Amino acid sequence: MSQDREMPMIANVSRRRFLKGLAASSALVVAVRWDPLLAEEEEKQYGADAMPGGWVDNPNVFIHIDADGIVTVINHRSEMGQGIRTSLVMVAADELGADWDRVRVEQAPADQDKYGNQNTDGSRSMRHWFSPMRRAAAAARHMLEQAAANEWGVPVEDCRAGVHVVRHEPSGRELGFGELAGSARELSIPDRDSLTLKPDGELRYISRETGMVNGELRDDKVRPPAIDGDDIVSGSAVFGGDIILDDQLFAVVARPPVYGANLKSVDDADALKVPGVVKVVTIEGADPPAGFEPLGGVAVVAENTWAAIEGRRALSIEWNLEAAGDNAHYDTEAYRKALVESAQSPGKTIRESGNIEEALQKADRRVEATYYMPHMAQAPMEPPVAVVRFKDGKGEAWAPVQHPRATREGVAGKLGLDVEDVTVNVTLLGGGFGRKSKPDFVMEAASIARQLEGRPVRVQWTREDDIQHTYFHANSVDRLEAGLDADGKAIGWLHRTLSPSIGSLFAEDPEHKAGFELGMGFNTMPFDIPAIRLENPEASAHVRIGWFRSVYNLPHAFAIQSFAAEMAEAAGRDHRDYLLELLGPARRIDPATFNDEWNYGEDPERYPINVGRMRAVVERATQEAEWGRELPPGRGLGLAMHHSFVSYTAVVMEVEVQDDGGVIVHRADMAFDCGRQVNPERIRSQLEGACVMGIGIALHSEVTLSEGIVEQDNFHQYHIPRMEHAPRDVRVHLVNNDPDAPMGGVGEPGLPPVASALCNAIYAATGQRIRKLPVADQLAG
Amino acid sequence: MASLTINGEEHELQEPGEMPLLWALRDVVQLTGTKFGCGISECGACTVHVDGEVTRSCVTPVSAVEGKEVTTIEAMANDATGQRVQRAWLDLGVAQCGYCQGGQIMAATALLKENPEPDEEQIREAMNGNLCRCGTYNRIMAAIKRASGGEDKA
Repeated sequence: MSQDREMPMIANVSRRRFLKGLAASSALVVAVRWDPLLAEEEEKQYGADAMPGGWVDNPNVFIHIDADGIVTVINHRSEMGQGIRTSLVMVAADELGADWDRVRVEQAPADQDKYGNQNTDGSRSMRHWFSPMRRAAAAARHMLEQAAANEWGVPVEDCRAGVHVVRHEPSGRELGFGELAGSARELSIPDRDSLTLKPDGELRYISRETGMVNGELRDDKVRPPAIDGDDIVSGSAVFGGDIILDDQLFAVVARPPVYGANLKSVDDADALKVPGVVKVVTIEGADPPAGFEPLGGVAVVAENTWAAIEGRRALSIEWNLEAAGDNAHYDTEAYRKALVESAQSPGKTIRESGNIEEALQKADRRVEATYYMPHMAQAPMEPPVAVVRFKDGKGEAWAPVQHPRATREGVAGKLGLDVEDVTVNVTLLGGGFGRKSKPDFVMEAASIARQLEGRPVRVQWTREDDIQHTYFHANSVDRLEAGLDADGKAIGWLHRTLSPSIGSLFAEDPEHKAGFELGMGFNTMPFDIPAIRLENPEASAHVRIGWFRSVYNLPHAFAIQSFAAEMAEAAGRDHRDYLLELLGPARRIDPATFNDEWNYGEDPERYPINVGRMRAVVERATQEAEWGRELPPGRGLGLAMHHSFVSYTAVVMEVEVQDDGGVIVHRADMAFDCGRQVNPERIRSQLEGACVMGIGIALHSEVTLSEGIVEQDNFHQYHIPRMEHAPRDVRVHLVNNDPDAPMGGVGEPGLPPVASALCNAIYAATGQRIRKLPVADQLAG
Repeated sequence: MASLTINGEEHELQEPGEMPLLWALRDVVQLTGTKFGCGISECGACTVHVDGEVTRSCVTPVSAVEGKEVTTIEAMANDATGQRVQRAWLDLGVAQCGYCQGGQIMAATALLKENPEPDEEQIREAMNGNLCRCGTYNRIMAAIKRASGGEDKA
């Protein structure tokens, strides 16, 4: 990022607006922010600069210091288990010099004008907010130092912030942050260019290996406890469903069983007889493409959730299925077969180099395989839930949402209000995984609240609602064909990928994947092969397709990394050696040369596709796993590597396949390179969790539809991993913790290679290739 | 209508006896630490203790717990084993999103009360009904071992 692009814009923001809602006693002044709308248009923006709302590094917005010394850091990103409420606060506390015991966090409501971008997806929070948050804290520290200098009448150069105090170096006098807060707030914010960030050696909280490291507890005296830890273990942490307001009502919604169907008629007489049921109202749905709009249906409003559920059971509803058109005949098995058939023929060319026909023709051996990944539901343990109150011309929502701004706009739309008249309070999310990027469930609550004359209402999705009506992970067929020369070296690579696009949610079905979808591991495939053709034939959407943790990287990584193992087998080579050969020499590739203009929104100069980093994680994971070691019969080692969200992951799995087809993962070694590591403990736990989720994707998780209706409805049919499926031993190996290394994503990039590593290990154990997920009972008998 | 003892306190509920304990706790008594996850006893997020036994409150009608002691996650700080489990959870950074962890801690605490030093297989069996979508199982396993043996570990 060039210095020019970082120059601040002074926005016309009044002091009054700034102070609104803040602790006036502690607020510092002046607004400095970056807004892409104000930026010069000709220069392409990357990273946080390119996000709606941009970034803000104003200390007034993010840091408040009370007279008693309590430092409150405002966290404006959604917490869903990735630990951002702890990690971003660590960044601020460290740069400020705050003592962790006197630091609090306050969750920001939805307000993109004030806080900058709040859309918590794409594994972006830390890589986009590390620098702005450090600058905000550094500015606040400079102001505290200046306030102390003024108080003592000494040069500011002699005043240095220590731990929660500013010290006059020559005399040893000290003033606490709390004592200085009042006068510091009267000072102007120092120019961004004049800020000095703390040298790494003076940072106490970030980038330290503390806590659990591969089964061993590393105690560190300054280990900052996780912000919400105490509340979580005591049951007092507040998630979406834990909001109970005075006079609150409780609702569940009956939704059309097929995407695009709508309500024909409802008889609510029996429902209204259920004790506790207060009212039955209809919710208008949107025809496809539905975007974030609710599906519509009938809401039963009651004095408690159970009465609402019982009331819904008593409804007699007739749905108009004809309105759903083709969707009412959607059958996932037939669809899979149709895509497999389509994959035999060429499709839209996405990337091409060399002459693939010639390469395949002259090949000594050809390898061909077709892979399938099914629909899946994100299934966060907290199903969608939201509380909305509509009273006196104002709307207020409490909800576990990844995308606060879209939520605010959606609620305002449903209530017929200006966005300024709607407050969205973001609670903790009981898991997100992409489901809660869509605020449809909050808009449902708003639709109901509008019909309740001031009483707040909580809409609770049941697990059945969640599994049957989520925005599904796109099912995907990937067909690959490779030509090998007489030495087994790859000379041609043909890959066709077919999936419904998330674009179908927002516009007429494009029937092709969008650039950002292809950029998730398809056209960014790094193998060094002379002839390559990548194609994307058509595929249509028949359900709501949406983001699922790591999104299209899942099928792309599964297919490509499984196929690389099949090629190694065909070449009679060791998989690791062959994978490294496919990757080729360490080099930096401009994603544009792969027809990827997206690159996760990042600057291709700072974030090229870096083959050296790929090789390093493959080498590290295989070395740690003692790749090639002897194993007892029935066991095998499998390897996979993938880069996504500008981070790099390699996984080695040691798997045992039992006589009944059961799979035990004895060990997983994950090597991970996300550049600079801010909170290594949370990076490790995110990778451990990704490993477990990936095992579930490989072994169990599948949503199927027949006649447009989802065939699973709860965890007895839609299986997610249990403790028995977790690796007996999981080891995360973090590499490249270089302060200058560009920061990558953490929440998602651990996941994509897991399923392939596991299936490659199953092959090593049994000789059986898994090309269709989930494994389910394919290994039985 | 039912009279319940929850965390040592008496509560008179006006709601029908077939109401699941989960919703009585959450919506009526407003003890929200007990979570809804599935409603069919498949995920364990709603785990409480009834007379010390692990119980899935989502499938337990309030009429079935009349005259019994219901204990929820909110009371674990007053329970010696519960405290040890909570401490181990914090020491090892078990929680990610945290939503299921109340139920996990209730299941782990009941296990350790019955079997103070469970082996891995016993832990796996006892905890297999408690789902965690964040995938914190390895840390849950380690935390239960840390809390086992009836004494605090340094």
